[in-house]
Amino acid sequence: MARKSYRQAINEALRQEMERDSRVILMGEDVAGGMGAEGEDDAWGGPLGVTKGLMPIFGRERVLDTPITESAFIGAAAGAAATGLRPVAELMFVDFMGVCFDQIFNQAAKFRYMFGGKAVTPLVIRTMYGAGFRAASQHSQCLYPLFTHIPGLKVALPSNAYEAKGLLIQAIRDDDPVIFFEHKAMYDEEAEVPDEAYAIPFGEANVTREGEDVTIIAFGRMVNLANEAADRLAKDKISCTVVDPRTTSPLDTETILETAAETGRVVVVDEAHPRCNMATDVAALLVQEAFGDLKAPVRMVTGPHAPVPFSPALEDLYIPSAARIEAAVRELVAGS
Amino acid sequence: MQLSRDELVRAYRTMRTIRAFEDRVHEEFSAGNIPGFVHLYAGEEASAAGFCLHLEDRDNIASTHRGHGHSIAKGCDVRGMMHEIFGRKEGLCGGKGGSMHIADLEKGMMGANGIVGGGPPLICGAALSAKYLKTGGVAIAFVGDGASNQGTTLESYNLAKVWNLPAIFVVEDNGYAESTASAWSVGGSQLDRAKGFGMPGHQVDGHDFFAVHEVAGEVIARARAGEGPSLVHVKFSRYYGHFEGDAMTYRASDEIPRLRKDRDCLELFRKRVLEAALLEESELDGIDEEINSHVAQVTDEAKAAPMPTERDLLTDVYMRY
Ligand SMILES: Cc1ncc(C[n+]2csc(CCOP(=O)(O)OP(=O)(O)O)c2C)c(N)n1
Repeated sequence: MARKSYRQAINEALRQEMERDSRVILMGEDVAGGMGAEGEDDAWGGPLGVTKGLMPIFGRERVLDTPITESAFIGAAAGAAATGLRPVAELMFVDFMGVCFDQIFNQAAKFRYMFGGKAVTPLVIRTMYGAGFRAASQHSQCLYPLFTHIPGLKVALPSNAYEAKGLLIQAIRDDDPVIFFEHKAMYDEEAEVPDEAYAIPFGEANVTREGEDVTIIAFGRMVNLANEAADRLAKDKISCTVVDPRTTSPLDTETILETAAETGRVVVVDEAHPRCNMATDVAALLVQEAFGDLKAPVRMVTGPHAPVPFSPALEDLYIPSAARIEAAVRELVAGS
Repeated sequence: MQLSRDELVRAYRTMRTIRAFEDRVHEEFSAGNIPGFVHLYAGEEASAAGFCLHLEDRDNIASTHRGHGHSIAKGCDVRGMMHEIFGRKEGLCGGKGGSMHIADLEKGMMGANGIVGGGPPLICGAALSAKYLKTGGVAIAFVGDGASNQGTTLESYNLAKVWNLPAIFVVEDNGYAESTASAWSVGGSQLDRAKGFGMPGHQVDGHDFFAVHEVAGEVIARARAGEGPSLVHVKFSRYYGHFEGDAMTYRASDEIPRLRKDRDCLELFRKRVLEAALLEESELDGIDEEINSHVAQVTDEAKAAPMPTERDLLTDVYMRY
């Protein structure tokens, strides 16, 4: 096994699935790049180079650059998925869902149900999310709660390179529309990633460590901060369970309820805004299904109810930190 | 259209300020001093200057992610802009917006925009306000060649036409959207699109300030007279990458040196006014010097200025909550 970056892991998953199944195609703005220009072909590979190198292998027929026209090409990907292809479309930043959301949530998500189970829509939308890039209010949002809200969509949030490869392969092989969220601040982070193709099933949480005092349930990049906080807390003999649900839809409620019952104290960490996000979703689940097991109220560590600011001084305050997770855990332990 | 001496000086100052500002931002970004996504307007100055010289504060413009030039031409404070780009508290938007969201509504600058194609619908709204409130104002959406393919842009053409709005769509075609050539991405032509929506369409060499200024005067006068929207296709080039950090491998290696040498809007302007003896060389050199030192000064100030603090994080989300 070799160490690979999140970027490489995603690129490898795409390459292997395209080799395996000729119906898998890619599309998006500058996913190859250099279209119609005089210089290098495949000049970009997406704005952060994630798809670079795929066009030279698979050709422009399978790696399609698009004009800037999300509504049309995301919709085209949905239509192609319903008619025999397995498109992986890149919505560069999830913030741009505003331009094309109808095609995702009124069209792709509902085909199967509205048509009485007759449609199959194996569509993957890869998209970047998250703060930390100094990219300001329209390029830093999380927004996965909005997709999680929609029946018919599946939503994956890989927390490291290993997860990214396995979850993306599952997404491509899955017969339902999947929104695949890549945290833009994680592309250079490395993990051990097997060379061969492997799929991580949806709806099966990963328990990254087991402890006795507090259960931390964290989403996406926040899993790494939760583990960091747990490392520090361990030095003070506070032991934590950390749960990475991997997908928000389907959500592995069983593992969440089990690990919550084991410690009786839960911190949920979600980078999204605090209203109607994954943290409130998990908190509601615990209140309904595990009230008797809880020794203390559920704590949430989230971004604030404000857009993401540009200034580094403000953005650093905005993003949930390992220190805030640590403080929430300590409060819970001290209070009971 | 004959320009007065004052107007010529104003035009040159605007273009030179944009150039000096962008060159300095490029330098600071390369040195690692500016965070985030920054898109520079150098090479394109004649378009912002050519249109905005006709405008007043009651007129609104909507810009793009490449918004510094439009902001300067529309009268935004250069010091406040530089502070904003450095994320400082005294920035034009309190450090909350950064390069991609510079705005000053009092100046009729409705914002740079992080969403490609975000501006044209807003401009229909500004034009509707002007028409309804009888301000006599017009509204201009600047969009890139890439943004010209966005549904929001094409829908706005139609809305502006059927509502007969005092709106103008300026398609700034610098040859590329990111690394994709406009020659490939634009189906049909901009002029045919204008025709398709029943609007007058013009194409103009965007390296030539005088050509832009003349067409701009015509379409703005038309809008002010209540005769409806127009489209102007401005063709020119950008000198820097799509964003700062773009290696530009998709461009031919001699493209930019060639453009800088033969098609630079500031050089062409100088040549034209000097040949016609409208302004003196020493005067232009003096303007350059003054502007360069002003930009240097506001940059030094911005770098030393305080950042916003925790107290600012949750303000400005609502008027009242
Ligand atoms: C809705 C949306 N899609 C994609 C992007 C990413 N993006 C930012 S600028 C850009 C290219 C824009 O090209 P063009 O409109 O020609 O303007 P230029 O950069 O050439 O000035 C793209 C694709 C975005 N910001 N918003």
